[in-house]
Amino acid sequence: MYRYDEFDHRFVAERTAEFRGQVARRLTGELTEEEFKPLRLMNGLYLQLHAYMLRVAIPYGTLAGRQMRMLAHIAETYDRGYGHFTTRQNIQYNWPKLSDIPAILDDLASVEMHAIQTSGNCIRNVTSDPLAGVAPDEIEDPRVTAEVLRQWSSLHPEFTFLGRKFKIAVTGCETDRAAIAVHDIGLQIVRGPDGETGYRVLVGGGQGRSPFIAKELRAFLPREDLLPYLTAALRVYNLHGRRDNKFKARIKILVHELGIDAYREQVEAEFAAIDREAVAAPWEEWERIRAYFALPDLAPVPAEDTGFERALATDPDFKLWVEQNTHEHRVTGYRAATVSLKPVGGVPGDATAEQMRVLAKLAEKHSADELRITHEQNVVLPHIALGDLYKVFRALAGIGLDAPNRGLVTDIIACPGLDYCALATARSIPVAQAISTRFADTKRQAEIGPLAIKISGCINACGHHHVAHIGILGIDRAGVESYQLTLGGEPADIPAIGERTGPGFGFDEVPGAIETIVDRYLSLRENPRETFLQAYRRVGMAPFKEALYGTQ
Amino acid sequence: MVLSDTVAGEAVLIDRSGVIAERWSLAPDEGPLPEGPVILPFLRRDEIAELAADRPGAVGLHLPNDTDPRRLRDHFDGLALISVAFPSFADGRGFSIGRCLREIGYDGRLRATGPVIADQFAYLIECGFDEVSIPAALASRQPPERWLERLETLGLTYQRGPGGALRASILDQRRAARAVVGEL
Repeated sequence: MYRYDEFDHRFVAERTAEFRGQVARRLTGELTEEEFKPLRLMNGLYLQLHAYMLRVAIPYGTLAGRQMRMLAHIAETYDRGYGHFTTRQNIQYNWPKLSDIPAILDDLASVEMHAIQTSGNCIRNVTSDPLAGVAPDEIEDPRVTAEVLRQWSSLHPEFTFLGRKFKIAVTGCETDRAAIAVHDIGLQIVRGPDGETGYRVLVGGGQGRSPFIAKELRAFLPREDLLPYLTAALRVYNLHGRRDNKFKARIKILVHELGIDAYREQVEAEFAAIDREAVAAPWEEWERIRAYFALPDLAPVPAEDTGFERALATDPDFKLWVEQNTHEHRVTGYRAATVSLKPVGGVPGDATAEQMRVLAKLAEKHSADELRITHEQNVVLPHIALGDLYKVFRALAGIGLDAPNRGLVTDIIACPGLDYCALATARSIPVAQAISTRFADTKRQAEIGPLAIKISGCINACGHHHVAHIGILGIDRAGVESYQLTLGGEPADIPAIGERTGPGFGFDEVPGAIETIVDRYLSLRENPRETFLQAYRRVGMAPFKEALYGTQ
Repeated sequence: MVLSDTVAGEAVLIDRSGVIAERWSLAPDEGPLPEGPVILPFLRRDEIAELAADRPGAVGLHLPNDTDPRRLRDHFDGLALISVAFPSFADGRGFSIGRCLREIGYDGRLRATGPVIADQFAYLIECGFDEVSIPAALASRQPPERWLERLETLGLTYQRGPGGALRASILDQRRAARAVVGEL
């Protein structure tokens, strides 16, 4: 894991002091509310429906035990005893007091964390693959690149007052777990003509009101050109992106309106003019950062473990959990495990201080002191020896985090919705809870197979409903919540935006409508291995439409 | 944008030394020019060369922030000052314009004109600006001392590159630290 050096520490300390000063200057009136707003947003502080919300950065979703403990401490000391993990691999606290914020930032700084650029019209926290460094098919750990980008984008003088927010995701595998095609810039680490690593660069993806799948900007970008090239791409956006309408200000609109070829031409012209040497991170800096992401020292263990085999044979719940929630590891005898934050009827992504502490302890004892937050709002323990898996599972069961539902119908992504968010037009969390309760039976979930349900409480699409197998969008229709359904969205592999089924459903009707869709799928799939998405791609919308609305 | 909206009227000029005197006056969109150093509106850019011959070192140009800065490249010789419009502090196009002008070789005075705030002063300087011309009302809320103080409180930057001379680059400091270790 990356560790701060003296410069990183000083940088964050200066930033915290700066924000403390800005809060004080706001209170004296030297800064107007309008001037203060982007400054507080750049420090992760939102004003929500009922209170301030603080969003803390978890760069590329990687955490150590002591950091998770600090998140628990903050939840308990300054909030209501819990935190909410987000689709950007961050955590947010929904109830902090403005006057406590500087103290929280100091606490975060003490464990090498901050809230810089988790909001505002700047380059946001860079996200990555939660199985980085673990996945056997990985070309290179994407977190090295993500950390280089984190540093480069922090308080960038040119790109701190962009037209709109800017999100970058990096993956090091062909299998994309970072949803790079729905980011402003998506980077896939690939091998170049001579076997050297570089990037396939995507641009202009995004969700929100106008969803777009990103287009390819460069098939291969050499590593040393990364920062100069992104500087060029951002500069063209900063200069030419729309500023007249905040809903058309993301880079996806610029790329769409110009066309990818014209945008590329401008970027390449800018790139040609930039002094690359001066902008690029030096080679030694890449190597310095790379060293932090070396595979941890994992004690050699055999490929098979008798205790593990026995537990599999005797505890069916464990067997189900292992099948559904654990992942192949590049080191023999180890697995990575997804800890689902989606217990039946729970709030997706929420964790209590107690749960966080147990997760921290499990990481320290059994996972090389590492945790990952996923964009599906779950937690990954990346390095567990087979012989420890059952112990870990039992400990998770003890805190209610043993749901064997990763990737299944109850592993629902939901935005905070009308329960917290000032922008929301409908509730999201209670919808997720109702669906999760409806499909509580773990056998039935396993029978249904992979199915991603994602819920947004307004058209800004923070719940990623556009790229859900079944997407749910809550809107307000004349004072009544109405939920539109979309089918066939997918963030990775062959990325796609979901299609609307037809008229929306009332709050109480949603679980029934989902069940209707699921039942239709079960009756039409060719065999149990044909997933919902595969079946949908084969048969299209018509059978589902008929099941939902009848023949017309 | 009408030049007079942003440059004219009560304004305070600040650079890294504090408040400085305004010696430039603004030219109207058409008609006779005022005496002395003069800032032309962008639409009069064709007059730069002739005027510069007449008033060397005393011709400037005001650039709206939706204009491609590369269009000025052929005029650099005659220009002693470029004023870049910041219609709002939240409209960050001017930062890229500053960087771009420096990269394509402009080495005259560069001014940010509009209601930018003290918290942006360091970024402006790092993007190649020398001075800001801000509305007097804003300067009375955010006094010149504050602008200078805001330069001092940010000591470190992660970026490298042109204009980055204000804050110390962490990358370069790491390199220096490695060199010292290497010598031991």
